[in-house]
Formats: sequence, C-alpha cells, structure tokens
Amino acid sequence: MSGYLLEARNVTKLFPAAGKKKVHAVSDVSLQIREGETLGLVGESGCGKSTLGRLLIRLLAPTSGEVRFRGENITALKDSDFRRIRKEMQLVFQDPYASLDPRMTVRDLVAEPIETWRLCGSREEVTDRVRELLRAVNVPEEFLYRYPHQFSGGQRQRIGIARAIAADPSFIVCDEPVSALDVSVQNQILNLLRDLKTSRKLTYLFISHDLSVVRYLADRVCIMFLGKICEIGDTEEIYTRPRHPYTRFLLDAVPVPDPSVRGKEIRLLKGEPPSPADPPTGCRFRTRCPRATEKCAASEPELRYIGGVQAACYYAEEGPA
Amino acid sequence: MNEMTLEVSGLTVCYPTEKGAIFPVKDVSLKVPAGSIVGIVGESGCGKSMTARAVMGLLRSPGKVTAGKVFLCGREITALPEKERRKLRGNEMSMIFQEPMTSLNPVMKVGKQVEEAIRLHTDCSREEAKRRTLELFREVEIPEAETRLSCYPHQLSGGLRQRVMIAMAMVCRPRLLIADEPTTALDVTVEAQILKLLEHLRDAGTSVLMISHNLGVIARVCDEVYVMYAGRVVEQASTERLFEQPLHPYSRGLFRSVRSLREGCETLETIPGVVPNLLRLPQGCSFSLRCPECGEKCEKTMPELLETEPGHAVRCFRAEGGEE
Amino acid sequence: MLKAKRKQVEQAADLRLQSQIGEQERFRDQLRRMARENKTAVVSFFVIVILMLAAILAPLLTPYEENEMDLLHRLQPPSAEHLLGTDEGGRDVLTRLLFGARVSLLIGVAPALLSLILGALLGAAAGYRGGMTDTVIMRIADVTLAFPSMLLAMVIMYSLGGGIFNVFLTLTLVNWANVARIVRSQTLKLRSDEFVEAARVTGVPDRTILRRHILPNCLPTLLVLFTLNIPAAILTESSLSFLGLGIQPPNASWGLMINTGRQYLYNAPWLCFAPGAAIMLIVLSFNFLGNGLLDVLDPRMKKQ
Repeated sequence: MSGYLLEARNVTKLFPAAGKKKVHAVSDVSLQIREGETLGLVGESGCGKSTLGRLLIRLLAPTSGEVRFRGENITALKDSDFRRIRKEMQLVFQDPYASLDPRMTVRDLVAEPIETWRLCGSREEVTDRVRELLRAVNVPEEFLYRYPHQFSGGQRQRIGIARAIAADPSFIVCDEPVSALDVSVQNQILNLLRDLKTSRKLTYLFISHDLSVVRYLADRVCIMFLGKICEIGDTEEIYTRPRHPYTRFLLDAVPVPDPSVRGKEIRLLKGEPPSPADPPTGCRFRTRCPRATEKCAASEPELRYIGGVQAACYYAEEGPA
Repeated sequence: MNEMTLEVSGLTVCYPTEKGAIFPVKDVSLKVPAGSIVGIVGESGCGKSMTARAVMGLLRSPGKVTAGKVFLCGREITALPEKERRKLRGNEMSMIFQEPMTSLNPVMKVGKQVEEAIRLHTDCSREEAKRRTLELFREVEIPEAETRLSCYPHQLSGGLRQRVMIAMAMVCRPRLLIADEPTTALDVTVEAQILKLLEHLRDAGTSVLMISHNLGVIARVCDEVYVMYAGRVVEQASTERLFEQPLHPYSRGLFRSVRSLREGCETLETIPGVVPNLLRLPQGCSFSLRCPECGEKCEKTMPELLETEPGHAVRCFRAEGGEE
Repeated sequence: MLKAKRKQVEQAADLRLQSQIGEQERFRDQLRRMARENKTAVVSFFVIVILMLAAILAPLLTPYEENEMDLLHRLQPPSAEHLLGTDEGGRDVLTRLLFGARVSLLIGVAPALLSLILGALLGAAAGYRGGMTDTVIMRIADVTLAFPSMLLAMVIMYSLGGGIFNVFLTLTLVNWANVARIVRSQTLKLRSDEFVEAARVTGVPDRTILRRHILPNCLPTLLVLFTLNIPAAILTESSLSFLGLGIQPPNASWGLMINTGRQYLYNAPWLCFAPGAAIMLIVLSFNFLGNGLLDVLDPRMKKQ
C-alpha cells in the first residue's frame, strides 16, 4: 500500500526511571522515509532522537506502535524471521573510538559483516572485498592489519562506515557521525557519506544536533523536542521558513561565524528544559514558548500540514512572536 | 584600556614520552587586554587546552613548562612557588571546563560546594557564605536559585552545571577567567545563554580567555583571536580582521570548511589529511603536510610569526608581504 | 580545474598520512618489547620453565628415589650429600621437592585453568543473556561463595575420596564462582559498549559476539585471575593434604611437605623452608609474568 522504505506508526518508547516514573523517550511518533532520500533528525540532547533511530532498526523494541520496512511490520517479526532484514539496516556510530573492537585488526573489523552473511567464499575473497571497501572509504590498503587505536578519529570513522556498507544495506542510520571529530575532518566524512549515498543507492536517517550538517545532507528534516516531532518537511522550506517556534529558536541560536552580526541581539530561550519524566501538559514546548496560551496548556497540538510541511503548533501560521 | 590582564611570552610545554619528547605548546605568546574576551581556536591536539593549563599551573605530570613567562596583571607568575600560585588560582584567575560534571563533586550539594569555595578564599562566616552563594547563583542567572542550592550535580542539566561552575569560578571576582570549550558539551540554545553570560562577566570586569574549536562561538564573543596548529600560533588578528581576511592557509581552510545554514551545496570544502601526530611533525612548517600551497621552502624551514600589518601576524612564507 | 588540483593535494596528503600512523607491532615484536622493557617478567618466565623442566626431569636430576627411606640419616641439615637435608624418614628433601613439583604445578595450573574456563563461560553467558540464565547461574555461584571454601572442599573430597583427579575436580568447583562473578560484571559493562552494539547491528549471532568480542576483551582480567588462582589452588591443596584428604603419602606435594615438616619446625626448619620458598617462587613468578604480559598484549595499553 505505502511506497515508503521505512515507516514508523505511533511509536512510543518508555524507559523505567527512579521511583515508579516512566521516562517518555519517544512518544507517539509517526514518520515515513522514502527510498533514496535522506531524512535529517534534529533535536537537543535528551529529545529522544537516538532512541528513535535505534527503534527504527530494531535495536530497541518499542513499548507500543510499529515500524514497517518495505511495508512489512518488523516489530511483530520473530528474531529468526527478522534476521534477513537485519542485513538491510545498518548504523554508523557517533564515537569512532568506542564503536570498533580494540582487539581486532581493520581487516577483521570490516570482514565481520561479510563473514556473518557469508557473502564471500574463501578467506582471500573476503580480504579482497575488504580492500575494495577500504578503497571506497579512502583508507589506504596498507593499513589492513593495523589496530583501530593507531588511527585518528576521522580514519576510524571511515572504517566504521566501511563496516556499515560491507553487507550492502539499503538503509543506514547515522547517529551523530561527525560530532566527535575535528572540524577540518568533519567535512571529509560528510562528503564521503554523500558520495556513498549516490553510488550505493542508500537511504539515510541522519541524526544530528548540528543544524548545518543536516542542512547539507538531508532532503527532508524532522525537528524533535522532548520525544515528540515539532516539525517535519522539506529541508529548504524549514530552514528558510520555520513554522514551529522551537525550530525558530534553534536556527537563531546557532552561532554564525560572522563578527558583523555580533551587535544584533539574539533571542534566548527562557528557562530550563522540562524533564522527560514529567512533561508539561498540552504542548511540551509551552513552558518555554513566548506565544504559549491557555489553549497550548489544555490540549496537545497535532502535526498538521501548513504549506507543504507539517508542524505541531496552534499558531504556526502566525510568524515569529 | 591597554592594561594587560594576561601576557604570555614564548611559552613552551614539553611532555617526555616513550618515543621521545613532544612539545604540545611551542613558543606561544599571547595577550589578553583588560576587559576583553580573547579566543584561541584550533583542533584537537593543537595545544590550546594545554596552553590554558600551563597558564593556570595545572599541567598534568610529566608535562613541564620548559621556557617562557606568564605575566598576570604585570606580575611574573611562572617562577612563583607552588603555594603562591595556588593562592592565585581562584583569587586572581579561574578556569571552567568543557564537562562540568567531572569538576563537581557528585555526592555534595552544589550550594555547599560553592559555599566551601567562598570560605576557602575569604574568612567570612557560614551565614555570610550562604548569602554570597545565593547572590552568585542569581548573578549567573540560575532560575529558582534558592531551590537549586540543595541539588546534587546529577539533578541539574548540563547548562545549569556549567552555570554553577561559573559561579564557583567567580567567587573572588578573578581578573582572568579561562574558559576551555565551555559550551562544546551543551545544546545550541543553552550555548547561546552561556555565551551571553560570559559577556556579562566581561562587562563586570573579568577578562576571558576563551578556547574553542567553533568559529561561530569565537565570532560571537571574542575581540581578538589566536589560531593554533600543532602547538604553535599560526595566525593572530582582531576578530573582524581575521574573519574578513584570513591569511594562513590553515585558517582559510577552517573558514572554507564552515557549513552554511542558509544554503545547501554540492560538495563541502575540506582540509585534506589528518591532524598531525606531534611525534612525527614534518621538518619544516607543521601544516606543510596538508597545505595546498606548500612549496619547497615550506618543507624545509619553519616560518616565523610575522606581522603583515599592525595587529595581524601570520606564520607563513606565502603571506609575508600581505599578498597571497 | 580547481577540483582536479584539490584532488591531487588530497591524494598527496593521503600518501603523507602513512608517515603519521604508528608502526604495527607483531606478536613477536611485542614479546621482544616485553623482554627489553620488563626484566622481571623474563626472569619469572625462565623460573617457571626451569621449575617445569626440573619437575619433568626429576628422576634424572637426583641420585635418590622419591620415597627412599634412610632411617639412619633422619632430619639431617643441608650438606654436600643432601643439598637440602633429609626429612623425618631420612628421605632427601631436594628429591622430594622435585617430585613434589610435578604434583604441585599440575595442581596449581590445571584446576586454575579449568575453573577459569568454566567460570568465564558461565559468567559471560549470565552477563550477556541476563534474565533466567543469569538468575540461575548467579544463584548457584552465590551459594558456592557463601560456603566457606575449605568446608566445601572438605565435603567434596570426603564424599569423592582422595586421589589427584578428585583434587582437580574439587579445586575447580571451589574456584569457578569467583571467576564467573567477575567475568559477569565485565560482560555487563562490555555489553553496553558501542562496539558490541555495532556487532549486533551487523547481525553477528550472540554466541559469536561472546566468543569474538566479549571474551577476548575479558582476557586481561582472566590473565590476572589465572595468576591469582594458581597459588590459591596450591595452598588449598596443601591444606587438604594436611587434613588427609588431598594427595596421599608417601607421594609428595609441596603443601604436604610443609605440613609434615611443621612438626619439626624447631629442630629441622629446612623441611618447611624449602617447599615454602618453592611455593613463593612459583607464585611470584606467575604473578610477574602475568603482569608483564598484560602490559604488552593489551593494544589499548600501548601509548601512541
């Protein structure tokens, strides 16, 4: 029925917290990702973006709701039946220092997925394929038998990416893949990810707190606040005309490397972020929102279409406060 | 106005390692005028944090300052005995770090921690210290300051923890505050608040030495910028000047690498290669390995940091004379 | 045009990168480095090798028989004839020490290894699987640990009877729980590490994750536990022997020698000192060697 590669329907994830409280890491999120597109997932720490990424590739099981991959409900599948889909979904981690087993050589690290899925016959074939993959991510082949700790962060992230694409997946979740790297190296990795996307026909979910990273890579972008989607739609549209007040604050707060704008007063978000264990009633952003009214406290705004993008705000049409 | 809060000249830090000595900071000179925010920008391993630690006298062993002088308000402090320097820390100069969680005691209420800092540096009564703590909390704009006093560090958000650290650093109204990547671990909306707060402190009379890898942060608050690469200052200029016309190929690379929020693009600009290993620095200019304009001379000799015009100094052969 | 030039620069930078990456050490080089930097470990290694050779070649090294009595020369102090003197039955102490080494080394190493393997497998399974598996394994371990180990060993030995195989079994059953508990806590930590999660995303089956990622990363801990378990086993065995539940006389083990020598501590102290020194030597040697290996084998311990 749906032409989507991946679809989340009313996905909710609760984590048990101190006392009898439950933390709503992700609550009632629905979104769709088309084949070949990149969806950027943006939000501040603790908004549930990493959790959502892991729910979509079934590293975590949702408390309620379902995830569909090529129309098939993968939440309901048994582990043994899910295995064939596992190969299709990969994850690129944030920390290239922690995500590579320190005791394995580069060859063994990249070979692991190939061997797990028995994609090659002999040992030599596996090694040849590893060489090919290293070439694809620009790691010199001479380093085949080195250990991860001998590489710099950027090189390690390349090795992590080689692992992720080794089994020819169709969908990759990139969880803050450049935030642990040096500025001058970040762009190398972003360019690589973009090139790989076209050459290997990949679909990305790109999680980041850095709006400029998402700007570069994403076709559509989804802004999250406290486990909920505030706004989702075309990147260009959202960056030029943000509908949700939170999106506006986010875009305004990014420090621009241009001293001439320094004199201009930036609007600061007031107060402290609410606790995810005890979210406010109604709209979750209302305690910090300059336009919040009683209506916002009384009931929660649903995502609705406003000129091509979806936003969850009663006053989305009205422009900045 | 042209009184210097901090003046560093020829600072060199040496770390002996198994494979030979490395110099994370080499011949670094910088000045922080009173009432200003001065930035050091660079990537990991460029020596910016190490410079800050050396100034504070907080180098981790076996690191040692092997050359150079540090003047705090005109007074040479590197030669002072450890006891004297300890007195300076907190009184005359303070430091805040990237991750405030690791610098706070996790099993002690934050109010109590600030109170102790006050009582350590001044001889006021417990009551007096309590009152001052509350004042400081209000000054660093901690909302609901009274209730936050009796919170433990883990109960506070990252932004609040950083505010507590700033409150603690401000106990004695130091002349100099060194901020080592103070907003890197924070979200953008919180970052904007903390930067604002640092500006307030500057206006209240504390000069700030701000260390960051983020050009946006530097542009927002700094008056003067030093760019560091592989332990050396490679370029120094006023913020306006540097952002308008960076001269060193490394600075230019950094500026070109900045991603725009306004428009998307096909391919991002990059600086090729990796941050160099300090044990295997090239013979000549440290940046020669990655430099698109590297010539023969660059591979052989290290260029000096020379002024191309008043207030703008560059360490590059190509930039000498002010032209490309 | 500009793009082509940039590509060139990038390639050149990649090539120069090689000068930036650390040299790869092979296993042989690692051992060589240990030999160069850690003399204690090397000495320890040779002590262990020599003791093992001595144990194997015992009959060739001494003119006396293990149980050859000579009641005319009881409790003789060390002399040219009997380098370490003689015991209460006139038997040559050095000879008995050499033969005793066979038993003691075997008893030290074999049960330590067995309990290590058993404990590591059970501990890793408990930590990785969690749930019911965890509860069952760890409750059994708790019960084992709650019992005074000596009492437990005595009960097992008493019901099984003496003999070297039963000593093995007993020492393994007494020691595995400790290993399991430590490996479990390591596994719990490793399970939440990103590289294990990375393996799960890759689709690596659980058993392979345990074998390939978790157990190898427990290796440093296991090595230390191994070197600590050896002396513990030697000491437990000697206590058991003393109670008449371990190695049966007239066969010699170091523990047994100490315990029989104890009665003559005042007039013939060499009876205790010789095997005591031997135990100390072997225990220290294993400890030093273990530490030395730990330093060089763990790739994360190496500094760039």
